[in-house]
Amino acid sequence: MKFEALDFFEIEKSFNEEEVLIRDTARKFVDREIIPGIAEQWEAGEFPLDLVQKMGELGFLGPFIPAEYGGAGCSYTIYGLICQEMERGDSGVRSFCSVQGSLVMYPIWKFGSEEQKKKYLPELAAGKIIGCFGLTEPDAGSDPRSMTTSARKDGDGWVLNGAKMWITNGSIADIAVVWAKDEEGIIRGFIVHRDDEGFSAPEQKHKVSLRSSVTSELVLEDVRISADRELPGTEDLKSPLMCLTSARYGIAWGAVGVLQSVFDEALQYSRERIQFGRPTASFQITQAKLVEMATDLTNAQMMAYRLGRLADSGAMKYYHVSMAKRHNVNVALEAARKARGILGANGITLEYQTIRHMCNMESVHTYEGTFEIHTLILGEYLTGLSAFGNE
Amino acid sequence: MKIIVLLKRVPDTEAKILINQDGNGIREDGVKFIINTYDEYGIEEGLRLKEKVGGDSKVTAVCAGPEESTEVIRTALAMGVDDAVHICDPALAKPSPFTIAEVLAKAISEEGFDIIFCGKQGIDDDMAQTQSILAEKLDIPQVNNATVFELADDLSKAVLNRRIEGGDEKVEASLPVIISCEKGLNDPRYASLPGIMKAKKKEIRVKNLADLGFNEAPSSGRSRVLKWLPMPKGGECKMVEAEETVDAVKELARLLREEAKVV
Ligand SMILES: Cc1cc2nc3c(=O)[nH]c(=O)nc-3n(C[C@H](O)[C@H](O)[C@H](O)COP(=O)(O)OP(=O)(O)OC[C@H]3O[C@@H](n4cnc5c(N)ncnc54)[C@H](O)[C@@H]3O)c2cc1C
Ligand SMILES: Cc1cc2nc3c(=O)[nH]c(=O)nc-3n(C[C@H](O)[C@H](O)[C@H](O)COP(=O)(O)OP(=O)(O)OC[C@H]3O[C@@H](n4cnc5c(N)ncnc54)[C@H](O)[C@@H]3O)c2cc1C
Repeated sequence: MKFEALDFFEIEKSFNEEEVLIRDTARKFVDREIIPGIAEQWEAGEFPLDLVQKMGELGFLGPFIPAEYGGAGCSYTIYGLICQEMERGDSGVRSFCSVQGSLVMYPIWKFGSEEQKKKYLPELAAGKIIGCFGLTEPDAGSDPRSMTTSARKDGDGWVLNGAKMWITNGSIADIAVVWAKDEEGIIRGFIVHRDDEGFSAPEQKHKVSLRSSVTSELVLEDVRISADRELPGTEDLKSPLMCLTSARYGIAWGAVGVLQSVFDEALQYSRERIQFGRPTASFQITQAKLVEMATDLTNAQMMAYRLGRLADSGAMKYYHVSMAKRHNVNVALEAARKARGILGANGITLEYQTIRHMCNMESVHTYEGTFEIHTLILGEYLTGLSAFGNE
Repeated sequence: MKIIVLLKRVPDTEAKILINQDGNGIREDGVKFIINTYDEYGIEEGLRLKEKVGGDSKVTAVCAGPEESTEVIRTALAMGVDDAVHICDPALAKPSPFTIAEVLAKAISEEGFDIIFCGKQGIDDDMAQTQSILAEKLDIPQVNNATVFELADDLSKAVLNRRIEGGDEKVEASLPVIISCEKGLNDPRYASLPGIMKAKKKEIRVKNLADLGFNEAPSSGRSRVLKWLPMPKGGECKMVEAEETVDAVKELARLLREEAKVV
């Protein structure tokens, strides 16, 4: 069964040649390098580590980073298209790209010193080293301001203490961008190395979602680091939130890939599956589901496309990203559930892409700002009144 | 070393092909076009050769095709090809292998060449003629269906394996030579993102027939395509049913012998 990406409103025609070329490369990469092995890796709970260097060579890691630091210096639309294709493969692979690009390379690029940029960015771009991003803690998820990980000034350097949780790439990372509060309660960013004394990253097992992605705790026990490991340009919570905006942008695109995958699978399956003497696609109930999915997909696609153009013209705001992440991931989860139903009993097996996407979407619905948190962000923006509950 | 790679724009292998009303072409709306897959092996081999020989070696892609071929040319440039010649002229719509070989020979001679790589055939019309006619026009040897390629250290000759039924044939050919590539020769690289960004700045020299010194499209040879027909519908399927499998097999054997007359 050959994948066909629905493009109902012919958005393809709005992409330029370069955008189409990189989308095609990414699509081919997913077909050849991800799809054939991903179900098995997902079932085994393994991340396809061998893809990292290949993705580096192709320029998929932090593509928006300027060429002088090893990136491809390309547009945010291209970054979005890469995320879309990777997530059509698996959310775990897209998550890897999001973390490496938006949550590790981006903060080093935006808040790092020239030495830090020169030291880390080219290696991260090439996939020679892996990074992770530690913001969430056992007791601070949706409310990162309440974090308790601490950074104490110690002579020239810093001493970090605390624990992070749910950290993508944690156990396979060479470096961790860790967010911690200084003695005045200001949030600062630090680069911790895998072999720093007092640092460990045990993997969190038994996930039933995003199984082909590594998720870990980060334990920091009196981790002493020199001053040049602090990201000098951060501004309290605003800085990690800027990273999240960049990652959420990619997720809004990634959800389109999931929608295309599950819609295509449900459509093809139901056209061939005969029950009651007819293809199940011929029943009104199935058609209603397919139409709903196609419409949601088209909406998501248009939102992602427009978000890309806003980003590339410098007009993208956090609330645009919130709406697109909230909407696109939500409809992708719903569509995956509908597709799962259309596939009947076959839909519960990993022979098909759908249930893997469906389970993955549960994580994507939660991380990078839960669906509810984006509702509150947008609610506050629209009404001018905060409903978060702290004040 | 001057390396030429030929490329043709063809419909994606997975595309649903529908013949147009006049029966002289396909319906192109909604069809994705790609580099002829066998040409990709040629591009890859050309790039590897350049990397190996080094110095001022250069890989030039030559493509004859409609305006829309820019996209596949750009893909080749993104894979690492240095520059390209795009032969594009309304008089070359639906050309024969003879016509194409003639214009390619002219363009390639103008570029200069030590070695030419191309696919063993176009995956669209499966003619597999252009490269042989081209070899004749350029008066150089041709080795087809190459699965292994090596260049002698003194760069004077190529040593190749050709895939033939049941095994390989080892062949040697003096340079300049045209080599048509078979699956298995290599694993073509992807057009990387940095490659795509660089490709924007690479030169595509567009030439029409007049630029190449032709007053009209060269002769199309003495054979001519009359019409394209859709795939004939498969025959009726007959299910052999019987209570015991043994009886079904007997009946099948009888049908094969008496009705189908194949055993
Ligand atoms: C697979 C995976 C990978 C992850 N990777 C990373 C990573 O790399 N780095 C990182 O730092 N974090 C990561 N996270 C953590 C993720 O960002 C958090 O899970 C997320 O922010 C939610 O926090 P929480 O799980 O503590 O849930 P909680 O904040 O406890 O929320 C639980 C529920 O309560 C709701 N809720 C919370 N506050 C409100 C409110 N004010 N009003 C209404 N409802 C509310 C939420 O919407 C949610 O439904 C990852 C998570 C997962 C599952
Ligand atoms: C874990 C598991 C255990 C099972 N155990 C057993 C067992 O012990 N014994 C046993 O006999 N079977 C068992 N089954 C099979 C189960 O009963 C079937 O999966 C179920 O009847 C659906 O059939 P199907 O999977 O072939 O889906 P299909 O019949 O192909 O249905 C696919 C989709 O089309 C829809 N559809 C079908 N017809 C129509 C219509 N006319 N109008 C609108 N929509 C329609 C369905 O609702 C569904 O969404 C099991 C299934 C599972 C998943």
